[in-house]
Amino acid sequence: MENLGTLAILLALCFAVYSVLGSLIGKWMNKPLLVLSASRAVYCVWVLLTTAAGLLVYSLIVGDFRLAYVVNHSNKTMATPYKFASWWGGQEGSLLLWSWLLATYTSVVVFQNRRKYRDMMPYVTAVLMTTLAFFVLLISVPEQPFKVLMAGKGNIVDAGDGQGLNPLLQYWTMVIHPPFLYLGYVGFAVPFAFAIASLITKQPGEAWIKTTRRWTLVTWMFQTTGVLLGAGWAYAVLGWGGYWAWDPVENASVLPWITATAFLHSVMMQEKKGMMKVWNVVLVSSTFFLCIFGTMLTRTGVVQSVHAFAQSQLGTYFTTFLSLGIAGTLYLILNRLPYLKSEATIESVLSRESSFLFNNLILLASCFSVLWGTLFPVITEAINGEKISVDAPFFNRVNIPIGLFLMLLTGVGPLIAWRKSSFESLQRAFLWPAASGVLVAALMMAYGVRHVYALISIALCTFVLVTIVIEFFKGANAIRGRTPMNLFSAMWELTHRNTRRYGGYLVHMGVVFMFIGFTGKAFDIDRTLQVKPGETLQLGRYSLNIGQLESGQTNDYQWEVLNIAATKNGQSIGTLRPEQRFYIAARQPSSMVAIRRKLNEDLYLNYAGASNDGKGYVLQAYVFPLVSWIWIGYWVVLFGTIICLIPDKVRLSYPRMQVVTVTGTNEKVQS
Amino acid sequence: MKNYVKFGILIVAILGTLAWLAVGGISETKTYYKTIAELNQMGEKAQEQRLRVGGDIAPNSIVRDGSQVTFTMAQDNRQLKVVYSGIDPLPDTFRDGAQALADGKLGTDGVFRATKIQAKCASKYEAAPPAVNGNPAVRG
Repeated sequence: MENLGTLAILLALCFAVYSVLGSLIGKWMNKPLLVLSASRAVYCVWVLLTTAAGLLVYSLIVGDFRLAYVVNHSNKTMATPYKFASWWGGQEGSLLLWSWLLATYTSVVVFQNRRKYRDMMPYVTAVLMTTLAFFVLLISVPEQPFKVLMAGKGNIVDAGDGQGLNPLLQYWTMVIHPPFLYLGYVGFAVPFAFAIASLITKQPGEAWIKTTRRWTLVTWMFQTTGVLLGAGWAYAVLGWGGYWAWDPVENASVLPWITATAFLHSVMMQEKKGMMKVWNVVLVSSTFFLCIFGTMLTRTGVVQSVHAFAQSQLGTYFTTFLSLGIAGTLYLILNRLPYLKSEATIESVLSRESSFLFNNLILLASCFSVLWGTLFPVITEAINGEKISVDAPFFNRVNIPIGLFLMLLTGVGPLIAWRKSSFESLQRAFLWPAASGVLVAALMMAYGVRHVYALISIALCTFVLVTIVIEFFKGANAIRGRTPMNLFSAMWELTHRNTRRYGGYLVHMGVVFMFIGFTGKAFDIDRTLQVKPGETLQLGRYSLNIGQLESGQTNDYQWEVLNIAATKNGQSIGTLRPEQRFYIAARQPSSMVAIRRKLNEDLYLNYAGASNDGKGYVLQAYVFPLVSWIWIGYWVVLFGTIICLIPDKVRLSYPRMQVVTVTGTNEKVQS
Repeated sequence: MKNYVKFGILIVAILGTLAWLAVGGISETKTYYKTIAELNQMGEKAQEQRLRVGGDIAPNSIVRDGSQVTFTMAQDNRQLKVVYSGIDPLPDTFRDGAQALADGKLGTDGVFRATKIQAKCASKYEAAPPAVNGNPAVRG
């Protein structure tokens, strides 16, 4: 079994290298059959990696405890979905997942374009397969998934049972979080490969952008999902009620997301106006390399992180790949600059172009600040030998203003005219949205809110929301003016006619909801207390009555549950049962918090175990206002992105034909 | 005014503001990585800077008292007493024998006042292969 798996991986490496060489040599020597066989090799790699992955998953599920990977990441008592998830629970397996996903994507690309872009495709294949060969190299040499446990030389041992998946990861969002994040990470290799191919072949215009538009959107959607799943997991599992801590690994996941978001906006400039061509290539390359860099951060332990993966020797491999890749890309871009001339210039500060420019500037600034903060210990150590780290307040200080400015642009950008806009037209467009934003902020101030950022944030959110709603109503009414229909069908018709625009508005609306959720952070209540059964404590409008402790044991873990009867404004809202588990196989505790989720606020209780004097329990109680809006916002973003992916409804506008007369005779037709 | 001048001013203003915020943020939150040995040598300077100290949590040293937690961290035969009274609950991985990272300042009494604790359980992530029949198994 392990031999077969290792063999499959080694063969995959050979085929990947063959595919790279075959594509390039075939293209240069003008041998179409060699190119064809190189693209067929892609399918072979996919089959081989699928075999390897299948074998690993099979070993995990049946529990082949001769394999080191299985022993470290699975055990007998775990539920089958978690056994399956152990595939990406550790270093070797998750690199295998990376490779398998990239092989899958490449196969899809090769298949989709088997009759298209004949000049570009060999290069696309070569770029993708080079990346794949690199990752397969990692699982062939330093991080082999199919290593067996040996006692002495040649004696394979069976450990009998394993340690199980880290209990913190035994949670449904964590099961699907890594695959989604990887789907996003890996997917950006495709637009990157097309960009490089179009540079090499000196393609004029936007061919690569048009062909990869859907890819970019879909992978962006996966990235967003992955990041949000991670946030949701941190919120529900880690027990401190935060969803974002600016941990290096979280930063690694969000860096390519930021550049990808910038790219999604700036491609519109190239499509519509032929501007920012160099910039777009730079952005798509940065996104790709940041994806690799993110994988490196998570996989090599360069920076201290709570996601404490084993330190490994992969650093050199990654640094080599990254430096070669970046140097090559940079050379190519500089060499092809003459082909990337802008077709227009920006005419005014008050224009759509300008709003895109600032959107990109600010996103890149955010990306840079996050990167800088994450690598700060590495940088300072290189400069003066002293490791200095920066903390969450640094990231918040820079990124909260950036976020607010972006929110402003989200409202302004889509409504401002291309080329040049006048103050009068801006006044017309933004009078009501701005007025309602100010009004809401004023109301909140009257209600006693003094937090400056929160007030600005809510004002901007209202502003953007009103602009979007007005856009939908205006458009729908215009349609209703021509064809009578009800408002909702008119809005649907409107969206269907221009899915990118109105889908984009929906995505913006989702982002507004998320911002509302983030703003809630300003009003958190938190309390850590030592409590005894029978006590009642007050937390904001809630009062919590501590009940009895229950305990028990399952095959997997021992558990303790603290019963807490909660009332809000004197009315009972039921019993919350925060739980503390101790996983036997992994010898590790894990808390299962109790959350009462409501649209306005979450009540969040974490039972942290018995207090040290043995007389009571330690309870962490929190109230988190508006958190649910982050998750709601995500679903709206998802919905909007899917709308963007639906093709526009084509308005049939053929000239009408009518049978005016029939000439000729039946006899003629018959003869 | 020429367009590029306007853009130039706006861009400089935006980036300048952000850089100013960033510099402030760095000086406010920068934390020095120190070993316990280095901490002992720093003298009074150790009480001024925010520090991050790593080490293993000494067995049976964790004492919880309400929201305050006291424990001893050991590194290369040197020990450091740590008091944590931060608002975030301690991670589940925080227990005897785990590796911990404590952020905070050294008090005048030589006790480290931590405001943030990170912990990782060495035995889990860098799992040593289990011993079989008394012989330690190695990865082969």
